[in-house]
Amino acid sequence: MKKSDYTILVADDDPDYLFQTVFNLEKAGYKTVAVESQAEAESVFSKFKPSLAIFDLMMESDDSGFILCYKIKKKYPNVPVILATAVSRETGMSFSLDSEKEKSWIRADRYLEKGIRPEQLDQEIMKLLKL
Amino acid sequence: MAVLKVLVVDDEPGIRSGVARILRDFHVTYPFMDEDYTFEIIEAPTGEEGIIMIERDMPDVLLLDNKLPGIQGVEVLEYVRERKYDIMVAMITSYASLDVAIRATRDGATDFIPKPFTPQELKSSIENISKQLYLKRITHKLNADGKKIRYQFLAVLSHELKAPLNALEGYLRMMQEKQAGNRIDDYATHIDRSLQRIQGMRNLIMDLLDFTKIRLERKEDKIQKVNLAEVASGAIVTVQPYAIQMEVNINLEVKSDAIIMADPADMEIIFNNLISNAVKYNKFGGKADITIDSTNTEAILIFSDTGIGITKTDSENLFTEFVRIKNEKTKNISGSGLGLSIVKKVVELYHGTIKVDSTPDVGTIFTIRLPKKPINIS
Repeated sequence: MKKSDYTILVADDDPDYLFQTVFNLEKAGYKTVAVESQAEAESVFSKFKPSLAIFDLMMESDDSGFILCYKIKKKYPNVPVILATAVSRETGMSFSLDSEKEKSWIRADRYLEKGIRPEQLDQEIMKLLKL
Repeated sequence: MAVLKVLVVDDEPGIRSGVARILRDFHVTYPFMDEDYTFEIIEAPTGEEGIIMIERDMPDVLLLDNKLPGIQGVEVLEYVRERKYDIMVAMITSYASLDVAIRATRDGATDFIPKPFTPQELKSSIENISKQLYLKRITHKLNADGKKIRYQFLAVLSHELKAPLNALEGYLRMMQEKQAGNRIDDYATHIDRSLQRIQGMRNLIMDLLDFTKIRLERKEDKIQKVNLAEVASGAIVTVQPYAIQMEVNINLEVKSDAIIMADPADMEIIFNNLISNAVKYNKFGGKADITIDSTNTEAILIFSDTGIGITKTDSENLFTEFVRIKNEKTKNISGSGLGLSIVKKVVELYHGTIKVDSTPDVGTIFTIRLPKKPINIS
């Protein structure tokens, strides 16, 4: 399959970050669906199964991203999920998916810091989609 | 009803059972305490056993005889202090010499109970200790809460300040790498959005200055007679260009002249924020009505709009720093998330009140009552 056969759902409440991410993904060749809130993201994946999802952590609430990870995995256990946040860069609080304990409650496949290079994001996505 | 655990360490069984009997039905209450204290008594005949029970049961209060068969009372006291246990200690001793008193006080004993003691002496000592314990714990809790709030404030502030920088960085990279094309016109949206984020950040910094000013400035010299109608008119002029864009009609009704003693800059903060909110969160072609009224002692300010409104749940957090109600209707409205928390702080500084009534899609009414004469602004 080509990259253009994959549709990536991107949820971020910062319209500029959303614009930039979508721009980069489309430039890399993927199709995208962009939403600005947890509520919109839920309504999108209730009707449609994306190939992969990228969620911002803090949207309507501080843990919107975690909730979305949980809900999408419940509906589509095989859809890879990337949790993108700027939390540790900004607040010094950190978490990762390294320990079993963290994996058990953060239901994302990758946890990425915001501001990573577009090529790096593409690499991670290709790995998750096994391209 | 809270139960304080009292450990009595004394080698005389009569003293231990006496303490237990006297405190069995005793309770301590103060008007400022949330709940009464009652007492549960545990006993140890030696210092060594006392330490075992301290480790096992972690009492709140320790009644300690100094003269014990093995290790002495003051040594038990030292043991407790070295480990920084949160236990109030009173020494019970018939040999209350100056020497023991000095050593015990240095090691943090709160009180002395001379032996033999009457039930009343024991009770008044326990009452004193309970009160101190309550104050100590409440202070500790307040400090911890304060630290947590400050930390959260800084964490969110840094998020709010960095988000626009991240957006700008992203757009500049796209331009640097010519990702959207080779002509400057290919980047019109990028430049436009960058400028908007810069403006947003500037507003945040201005609000932040207001916010810190309220906390730091000494007010006494700045208090003067302020005509609130004039302040309101000034604020309307400032917001007018924006109101014209939104086609929002701003009306000011002065029912009675409200002159109050205040710092004019503080009053400007109140009017600027609430009038600009009444326009910002309004509907196209809506109305914003500002009413100024007064009683003998109070000025009453009403800011009413025909805007998008707030749900009851959302309005509970409305005055909290950096809380911006995020929904479909507000997503294109920019704000620092500090405005209303600043307004509330100013109003409280003047010992006034602010309340909000709102119906989603109908509008919001903010009502502020300010005393005309400041009661000790600090």
